Amino acid sequence: MAGTLTASSADRKGLLARLRAWWSDSHRATEHGPITLGHRRVYIMPTRIGMMFAATLVIMLVGSINYVLSLGFMLTFLLAGLAIAGMVHTVRNLARLVIVTGRAEPVFAGEAAQFRLFLENPAPWVRPAVMVRHEKSGAQTVTDIPASATAEIVLPVPAERRGWLAISRVRLETRYPIGFFRAWSYVQPDFRCLVYPRPEKTALPPSSPDASFGSRQAALQGNDDFSSLRTYQLADSPRHVAWKAVARSEDMLTKQFTGDASAELWLDWSLLPPGLELESKLSRMTGWVLASETGGLRYGLRLPGVIIQPAHGDTHRATCLTALALHDS
Amino acid sequence: MAATIAAHPLAPEQRAVTGRDLGWLCGCLVFVMAPHAMRVPWWLTAFAICLFAWRSYFAFTQRRLPSAWVLFAIAVLGMVAIGLEYRTIFGRASGIALLMIFAGLKLLEMRTHRDATMVVFLCYFLVLTNFLFTQSIPTAFVMFAALVAITGALVSFSAPQRKPVSNLRTAGLLLTHAIPIAAVLFVLFPRVQGPLWGMPQDAYSGVTGLTDTMSPGTLSQLSVSDAIAFRALFTGKAPSPRQLYWRGPVLWDYDGRTWRTGPRRWQQAEEVTGGEARFEYSVVLEPHNRNWLFALETAASLPPNAWLSHDGQIISVSEIRNRMRYEMVSVAGGQRPAEESRGSLARALALPPGFNPRTAAMALEWRGTITDHDAMLRHAIGWLRDQRFIYTLLPPMLGRDSVDEFLFDSKRGFCEHFSSAFVVLMRAAGVPARVVTGYQGGDVNPLDGYVTVRQAEAHAWAEVYIKDKWVRVDPTAVSMPGRLDSGMANSVPTGDPVPYLMRMDAAWLKSMRYNWEALTNRWNLWVLGYNTDRQREFLARIGFTDADWRNLATMLFTAVGLIIVALLAWSLKRLVRPDPVQQLWLKFCRKLAVAGLPREPHEGPLDFTGRAAQRFPAVAAAIVSVGERYIALRYGVVRHDADLAELKRTVREFRPA
Repeated sequence: MAGTLTASSADRKGLLARLRAWWSDSHRATEHGPITLGHRRVYIMPTRIGMMFAATLVIMLVGSINYVLSLGFMLTFLLAGLAIAGMVHTVRNLARLVIVTGRAEPVFAGEAAQFRLFLENPAPWVRPAVMVRHEKSGAQTVTDIPASATAEIVLPVPAERRGWLAISRVRLETRYPIGFFRAWSYVQPDFRCLVYPRPEKTALPPSSPDASFGSRQAALQGNDDFSSLRTYQLADSPRHVAWKAVARSEDMLTKQFTGDASAELWLDWSLLPPGLELESKLSRMTGWVLASETGGLRYGLRLPGVIIQPAHGDTHRATCLTALALHDS
Repeated sequence: MAATIAAHPLAPEQRAVTGRDLGWLCGCLVFVMAPHAMRVPWWLTAFAICLFAWRSYFAFTQRRLPSAWVLFAIAVLGMVAIGLEYRTIFGRASGIALLMIFAGLKLLEMRTHRDATMVVFLCYFLVLTNFLFTQSIPTAFVMFAALVAITGALVSFSAPQRKPVSNLRTAGLLLTHAIPIAAVLFVLFPRVQGPLWGMPQDAYSGVTGLTDTMSPGTLSQLSVSDAIAFRALFTGKAPSPRQLYWRGPVLWDYDGRTWRTGPRRWQQAEEVTGGEARFEYSVVLEPHNRNWLFALETAASLPPNAWLSHDGQIISVSEIRNRMRYEMVSVAGGQRPAEESRGSLARALALPPGFNPRTAAMALEWRGTITDHDAMLRHAIGWLRDQRFIYTLLPPMLGRDSVDEFLFDSKRGFCEHFSSAFVVLMRAAGVPARVVTGYQGGDVNPLDGYVTVRQAEAHAWAEVYIKDKWVRVDPTAVSMPGRLDSGMANSVPTGDPVPYLMRMDAAWLKSMRYNWEALTNRWNLWVLGYNTDRQREFLARIGFTDADWRNLATMLFTAVGLIIVALLAWSLKRLVRPDPVQQLWLKFCRKLAVAGLPREPHEGPLDFTGRAAQRFPAVAAAIVSVGERYIALRYGVVRHDADLAELKRTVREFRPA
């Protein structure tokens, strides 16, 4: 007897664990690629308006019985049919919708990450009034998705901390066409946005002796004077591509410049006051990177474990900021 | 920083009503209230329209809506006015009047789509109130149109940006999908025989029909009405027009002007004897808010829940407030033994003193020479035939001694004059007599065989007690023998206001009328008359005998469930099918995944096939070929059918392990 008991409790545990696994699989895990809202993941519940409609129908039914109104019965039943058909139509407005993630450009902490989503409608009918809502932040938008077309929406989600900001649960909801029911579904796409540290407005650090040494070392590349052409590398700024040369030949060529050696700067972790908190340090360095970029300087970055050789331009700036954003994570 | 949860953009209480919504709702309200506007006093319609106009003014000028106190004051004012007009605020008519005012007031406090949805529900309810007055086929069509418009308003609240036409189309589609569900519910929903509670006093006002009194003008008023009194369908032989005497209230007591039924006693329904012919038929009686049923003379059977009075009327236990169907058997010319008590005979001889002295004098003169009741009757009929009476719907006004004036001066009258004068004459001559009202005649529809009897065929005749039997005498027919065969409309002078339908001659008009009436009759029987009995009858016909409410509920849920499944299938059906190339590629990837090599989400077809070719060198050629074909078919400019066929074959035959 005791044996069976233990066995059954073990079974239950297994079942519970499996249920939990199923739940987290289907409800928590992020999904890769386009997400299709199958019928099974569209939930539906009556709204308060729907409840009131049901009450109205009961009153109409009682009235029809009392006054023996055959057409009253017909009307009541037709309206009941309207509610039932409306339920199917509400599900239909959401089901089989395909959610495709777009790009989310990096932002600084304190700004809003712009998560761009594409809602693909594979059906030849319009899907009006579909709400997309970011559950955690409450960012939301309502859109109509034309027949066999794609609607683009942007969810502005506040980015508070540096690092990767993954989009958390997104709810899609609709009450179209009758408003008696709301159908909704949750998606959690594999979609994240890089958040740079919050920049601190600050003066540039003094050029350290080390820095001036470094500047002599680093083969004097800047963007002041044109020196030569070389083969395009992926990290090169599009501004430096020799478009005229590209038009002539088939290869991408990059213009090389010789910069002013004296403007080269090392942004070094060791220059920061040691008492400063980690995040404040990163904020200050972020501020330095921005100031250096605006000032047209060539700058390098030296973080614990990361050294980025001095350079200049959008790509370099992005490399530096990414290093700062992902520092120690 | 705490995230602020923004208001729900789809919640109706968050969305303000636009001018378009308001215009649409006003249109719907006018649509469903228009039939009521013809029934309520004019000031009420004007009041409601003023409220609509006032609300539109607010929308137009974008001003703030009036405060709740102002609306409350208007509501009280409206209720007082309705109370004064109708003497109650709880009746049917006053209830509808209140609804009309409240609809206007609701508009005046309508700010969001939540309020607007309540107005939509009110519109639906107002559609229902229209059915209290008429449930004809045209009404059903008009109200269905109203339903589409109202549902269009509801749809527009969920999608404010769409064009009204699109919303109407969606509403039409929704209602089309609702029709099968409604039909199933209509047929299978367990019916309860109403009413559930007492009806307001005025619930059945305004029905026309015979009453239990008769004075000059009663029947001629009725005879201008086209309204149908009842329909009858004979199984087997149909009676001749002369046999179509439908018996109604029997009037005994006369006060010089008005005939009344007086007290009523019951009799045991004894066997009918004699008679010319036996008829079996069913009657579909229109509601007339009285408790008598009509049957051909002489009724030989009784419908359920009905009694036979001592003077041969069929009395139902309750007033006929809904269309009712009953089976009857009658024997034309049949007799029931009638041994009248002395009290009854005294009632059948009573005349108010001091009225109609000339008639009394003539009758007294006759009594001097004729002693036999039978001979007296024959003499009176002969006298009636010799006088040249004129049968007309427009008799002159008669004074105090109405019978004297009719018999000796004006000589123009309708059947109530003939019967009343004849009975007075017989009583004065010492022969017990009484007035019988009812209907005479009926129009046979050649399409479905139903005999339609209209209010215009209301008639009054006399019965005389001779040799312990009541004998029918129709003084109108005696004076105007054509009345029985050609009908009332053709017997009266051409200028008389006969109902239009009864005088139509054109054949095509007549056939159209017959078609329409046959349709209406079927509608009445199967749609409007669909009650507990009909439901059982119908279910038995389709093979479900003794279905109780449990079977009905099971059938109902099954049927509605099937319809929902069908609707869901429909909602999936018209989706674009996935690209066959993509399907083949996915199938290929599945095969590789089963073999232990799943494709990484970031991997393109080229990378993946490259990796797979390394992993399974035995089938590397097939893998590479699939990758190349897939890329060519999916991303290439031209798609070759041969490539697709080859891809299909390769993927099908592909075995990685």
